[in-house]
Amino acid sequence: MVSGEPDRPSTQRTTRMTRRELLAYLAGVPLSGLVGCGSHAGSSFDGELLNPAFSIPHRLRDGWRPPPSKLPPQKHRVVIIGGGIAGLSAAWQLQRRGIEDYVVLELGDQPGGTSLSGERSGFRFPWGAHYVPAPMKENEPLVQLFQEMGVVVGQRDDGEPEFAEQALCREPEERVFFRGRWIEGLYPHVGANEDDLRQLERFREVMRDWATRRDETGRRMFAIPMSSASDGDAVRKLDTISMDAWMNSQGFDSPRLRWLVDYACRDDYGLTLDQTSAWAGVFYFASRLQPGSDHSQPVMTWPEGNGRIVRHLAERCGQRIHCRHAVTEVRDRGGAGVLVRAVDAGSSTTVEFVGDEVIFAAPQFLAPHVIDDWQTSGRRLTSFRYGGWVVANVFLKARPQESGSEMCWDNVIFDSRSLGYVTATHQTGRDHGATVLTWYQPMTDDDPRVSRAELMRLSWRDWADVVVADLSKAHGDIGGLIERIDVMRWGHAMIQPRVGFVWGGQREAASESLGRIHFAATDLSGVALMEEAFDRGVRAADRCFGGAVG
Amino acid sequence: MIQRAPNYLLYLNVLVIATCGLIYELLAGTLASYLLGDSVTQFSLVIGVYLSALGVGSWLSRYVEQRVARTFIEIEIALALLGGLSAPLLFVAFAQITWFRIALFGSVFAIGTLVGLELPLLMRILREHLDFRELVARVLTFDYIGALLASVLFPVLLVPSLGLVRTSLLFGMLNAAVGVWGTYLLRPLLSTRGLGALRGRGFLVIGLLVVAFIKADTLTDWTEEVILENPIVYSKQSEFQRIVVTQRQGDFQLHLNGHLQFNSKDEYRYHESLVHPAMTMADTAERVLVLGGGDGLAVREILRYPGVESVTLVDLDPAMTQLASEFPPLATLNEHALSDPRVTVMNRDAFVWAGEGESQFDVAVIDFPDPGSYSVGKLYTTRFFQLLRRRLTSSAVVSVQCTSPLVAPKSYWCIIHTMQQAGFDVRPYQAAVPSFGVWGFALAGMQPLESDRDGSFLIRNPLPEGLHFLDAKTTVAMFDLPADLARVETNVNRLNDQVLVRYYEQEWGAW
Ligand SMILES: Cc1cc2nc3c(=O)[nH]c(=O)nc-3n(C[C@H](O)[C@H](O)[C@H](O)COP(=O)(O)OP(=O)(O)OC[C@H]3O[C@@H](n4cnc5c(N)ncnc54)[C@H](O)[C@@H]3O)c2cc1C
Repeated sequence: MVSGEPDRPSTQRTTRMTRRELLAYLAGVPLSGLVGCGSHAGSSFDGELLNPAFSIPHRLRDGWRPPPSKLPPQKHRVVIIGGGIAGLSAAWQLQRRGIEDYVVLELGDQPGGTSLSGERSGFRFPWGAHYVPAPMKENEPLVQLFQEMGVVVGQRDDGEPEFAEQALCREPEERVFFRGRWIEGLYPHVGANEDDLRQLERFREVMRDWATRRDETGRRMFAIPMSSASDGDAVRKLDTISMDAWMNSQGFDSPRLRWLVDYACRDDYGLTLDQTSAWAGVFYFASRLQPGSDHSQPVMTWPEGNGRIVRHLAERCGQRIHCRHAVTEVRDRGGAGVLVRAVDAGSSTTVEFVGDEVIFAAPQFLAPHVIDDWQTSGRRLTSFRYGGWVVANVFLKARPQESGSEMCWDNVIFDSRSLGYVTATHQTGRDHGATVLTWYQPMTDDDPRVSRAELMRLSWRDWADVVVADLSKAHGDIGGLIERIDVMRWGHAMIQPRVGFVWGGQREAASESLGRIHFAATDLSGVALMEEAFDRGVRAADRCFGGAVG
Repeated sequence: MIQRAPNYLLYLNVLVIATCGLIYELLAGTLASYLLGDSVTQFSLVIGVYLSALGVGSWLSRYVEQRVARTFIEIEIALALLGGLSAPLLFVAFAQITWFRIALFGSVFAIGTLVGLELPLLMRILREHLDFRELVARVLTFDYIGALLASVLFPVLLVPSLGLVRTSLLFGMLNAAVGVWGTYLLRPLLSTRGLGALRGRGFLVIGLLVVAFIKADTLTDWTEEVILENPIVYSKQSEFQRIVVTQRQGDFQLHLNGHLQFNSKDEYRYHESLVHPAMTMADTAERVLVLGGGDGLAVREILRYPGVESVTLVDLDPAMTQLASEFPPLATLNEHALSDPRVTVMNRDAFVWAGEGESQFDVAVIDFPDPGSYSVGKLYTTRFFQLLRRRLTSSAVVSVQCTSPLVAPKSYWCIIHTMQQAGFDVRPYQAAVPSFGVWGFALAGMQPLESDRDGSFLIRNPLPEGLHFLDAKTTVAMFDLPADLARVETNVNRLNDQVLVRYYEQEWGAW
């Protein structure tokens, strides 16, 4: 009568699935669990299926080349390719160091990349990245950015930045739906036995130890950005095994603890415990701890998620951002500068730019298709793998019934393939009435039967079914409250720190400049994080000044 | 003959019985954790008592020697009555806290014993007609399926759509139906004598439960009445809260979510204390803001000053402000304050409201509920008080209700310290309100508040006519805190670290 130990839905499947089976699988419900929401009978809501603008890069990858330009190239000191956090941060740094003559070429209708956000019916909400842990004082450039944004408002006695209260995630921060009820916090402590709790405590100790230890050169073992931390053998060794294997080797077999760590890996990397490199698994926990401390850095978030940071950075760039410009070719012409060719998706014409320096701040997997000399560079990208994500924004006309618990910022469903949802109105202080829930699901499958192509073929209705079935596990009444569901499918959303990737060599090589082409973007860190994208952008900008190569 | 009854009907019986049994157990556990908190303890106690009672029931079954079928039916009917009424009865019993545990575990034990009797008896009835091996396998299978069914249906379907009381009643009916049906199904095993009476009782129980099911809404009122101790004259579930008005000997009381907001008998003490220190302290008091206070009673006090030009009342719940202007006893009590042309009512969350507008006020009177949840706790954070400062003139004065400094000293001083952190000059003060006990307030100034030469509270502007509680002397005395209300160290309440909600839970939970 008492349910057994927690178990996450299995990823093992053996036969090819029908469409309905696939939906039930994605929603983590039995086939019959989809009944009723399949038709959305009674509750008529609509929505859209969205995609990041990727048709031109896909065509490029398939060998298509645009027509030549009719106009003479525009000359700039620096041409930045990609207007995600990395590209915008590079622009921010250039400007800080006195270079005003740059352009940012961005494929999408608006800047932001995977930190895109949306606005509708008076709500702002994220489409991708939604939070940043508060930076520590060592991360000076990021602290400065946040100072500029009014998020860092002073300095504490210990030198650590002081954050504006309203930018920090408001309580109640997170809860998990476990065995039929919401529990405050992420660790499902209900029914945990002594051994579970002992393991949790020991796990924390181990992480505290990793957060405090330094290598021979005095660098922290784990820190954000990762480029400021150790690259010694102790951390490299972790990259040779999976987080799953590492936990086994440490005797961490508590199902609850393993769920928590698996959740963390899925949340930050879109990978399960057994897919994630132990380096990345430990990085998640240890890099957010102050040395010697037990408390993770507080989380900063905004209604539109990291879209707030994008807005700030983009405003500083002003007219220098050219959206709907897909870069198709980059050629280093020696003394004549680096030629950057782009297709203006608005007019379908080719536009040319010439930069003294170029910052390539798009995902690395596009580099071979765009950069002329890439093939001769001897670099390889075979270990760069990117995971798909599905993000849904669910518009509610009223809040679901809660008993004994308040809706948090982050709301996790234990027994689910999804990561649950964040509440977009949480930071505004609106605790009643209409709201938007941003629902996340990474595609963690290794199984080719659940191919990216297959997921991309699912219709809006299919995804809406999955979302509703998943949310209904925790909110029985949610079906009747939904007014609209918009769904974003991110194809190559996030670099995957699988075993061997972070310290396998390819990533480090890809981070080096190719002549006057400097690389940014978070995938060069091996983990997809705002701070990493920012660090890569800032350092790529620094390289444009010669010298300061980190 | 019983052999002719299709087997699946018998197994259906087992299924229903098993489902009912587990539902009663889940109901008891859920109710206990709703009402007593600490769900882990409550659930494990309930499960423990229930399981041991099952054992007792099974053991007792050996003493049933004759008339097995009849006894089985009797048990079904008894179980229907006891289990069916368990949730409503326990709700009522909760008013008597000391009795509640006895009633809870008593009923869990009784239900468990009856359920424990069921299966052994049923198996004995069926034994004669079925192969034993087959019988045990099937009966136990359906027993476990029933348990599964119950544990899935309960959280997913039953509680969200029916609520606890109706779920309990519904399964009582099912149980009774099994009993009545048994009188037909097991007819060959029953003597004719008393058969009619047995059936009659079965139908009576079903009828009773059906009536209760239909009347369940008034039933919750009724149980609420018992909890609130007085007859209910008004109740409404608004979008935000449950509003209940009770009445006793000419006085009435307002409760929000079960918490007393005021008693008409002594609310003047509370509202005079809340409003007048701020009004007499302010340089000017032309534009006055009231946050919370949808009952209109603070507004009534403010309107006593002829110099007031406008009062803006910001209260979350339109149902509350509507009640204050339209519900006769309340409208009379607040002297139709909300219909006064100087008063503007805004139904907004004060946190959002404070951050959005620009207009400024000379005096603000804050009358929010106690910080028992995060969504209210945010209204006592440094961030909120900073937002509020934007909406105040540079010499404005604010008063705040701050829960009881006697019951909850940490909560009380946490509010004081939080306001100080936000830049206010703060004076703590208290008054006795019999319905609440010793109650705490804070007076805060954008500028340092002026004191009398001896350091005591200075009445800068005269008190208005018509007060029942305050005169100059009492007003000054409120600021003299007795020793048992002395300051205690606390943290500051911030949005990202709402210590106040935790203090409040601890202190009132222990009271
Ligand atoms: C669903 C999801 C949730 C996430 N949540 C978080 C989170 O909560 N916190 C966090 O820190 N991180 C999160 N991330 C990670 C996020 O990716 C990083 O924070 C960061 O936004 C990465 O920025 P980037 O600039 O490196 O890459 P991208 O965001 O990928 O930016 C690359 C940009 O280049 C553009 N581009 C590509 N090709 C071309 C071309 N040929 N021409 C011109 N432009 C081109 C793209 O349109 C894009 O705008 C999340 C990611 C996803 C997908």
